[in-house]
Amino acid sequence: MSRRLLFLLPLLTLALMAGFFAWSLLAGRDPAAIGSVMVGRPAPPINLPALEEGHPPLTDALLKTGKPVLVNFFASWCAPCLAEHPLFMRLKERDGAVIIGIAWKNKRTEALAWLDRLGNPFRTAGLDLEGKAGLDWGLSGVPETYAIDGNGVVRLHFRGPLTERDLTDSVLPFLKGTTK
Amino acid sequence: MNRTLAVLLLLLMAAPVLAVEPSEMLQDPVLEARAREIGQALRCVVCQNQSIDDSQAEVAHDMRRAVRERLIAGDTDQQVFNYMVARYGDYVLLKPPFRARTLVLWLGAPALLVIAGVALLVTARRRRATSLAPAPLSEEERRRLSVILSEAKDPSASPRREG
Repeated sequence: MSRRLLFLLPLLTLALMAGFFAWSLLAGRDPAAIGSVMVGRPAPPINLPALEEGHPPLTDALLKTGKPVLVNFFASWCAPCLAEHPLFMRLKERDGAVIIGIAWKNKRTEALAWLDRLGNPFRTAGLDLEGKAGLDWGLSGVPETYAIDGNGVVRLHFRGPLTERDLTDSVLPFLKGTTK
Repeated sequence: MNRTLAVLLLLLMAAPVLAVEPSEMLQDPVLEARAREIGQALRCVVCQNQSIDDSQAEVAHDMRRAVRERLIAGDTDQQVFNYMVARYGDYVLLKPPFRARTLVLWLGAPALLVIAGVALLVTARRRRATSLAPAPLSEEERRRLSVILSEAKDPSASPRREG
């Protein structure tokens, strides 16, 4: 009797594996996602020169205004940044969001020309030519966007371009203060 | 044949090329060696499964530079790892740390080995227990045995060959 049950073991193993694979496929699990350790922590320090010469440098004070702030790392050479750019324009104009831009590994003139051409959604923008600020923020590339609450705590971290769905699902509720 | 051999030899000679650029290297060979060792154990965050020393990604370049800056600042190797984990999480370590979340990862395979070993041992012991105690002779076998034994005692009787 127990010997007959033993024959079911391979079948059971197969069923377990199939179940795991089905879950991996259907649950929207992304094994390539590297996650973020920034969420829930105080935002890393900012100490950057302004993108526009003559403007005051960017400091931590920008992140502790009592109001939510978005921080967007971008570059003029980055195509996905181009794709998400209209969303930031809309966030600024329609939703009144305060957005801080950081040009990552981008020449000053090129980043400024890019903003001139497409429109500037940023309250203020900084220049991270060597990617040092990026490293402190746990950046893996551009574009990446962080949402920081009024107390200077990181609440959201998006790797890659923002989408309409990100806006309706998390960014807009965050700005309205309806998320936890 | 000779050509295959030559190709194989050439392949053997091809050492893996590191992405570390000469301009990134430190003057101090001891520090640079430590930086290499750390760089081999840190995972480039945009390349799935490459160390930062093997990757030419922008981020990997920044991370290599940061490792060297930390070493020059006097950090221990562990402090450098902590610096990276604080920014990129455990993902950045090619060798995952031993934590509650990674218990299955670390202990799963050894546990399976132990379970399989115990199962094997138990079945082997059970099988030996059954084979060591032979069933008692039946009435028929007993009779035959006494015939054979009496034949062996009596040399005059012609030996019976079987088979």
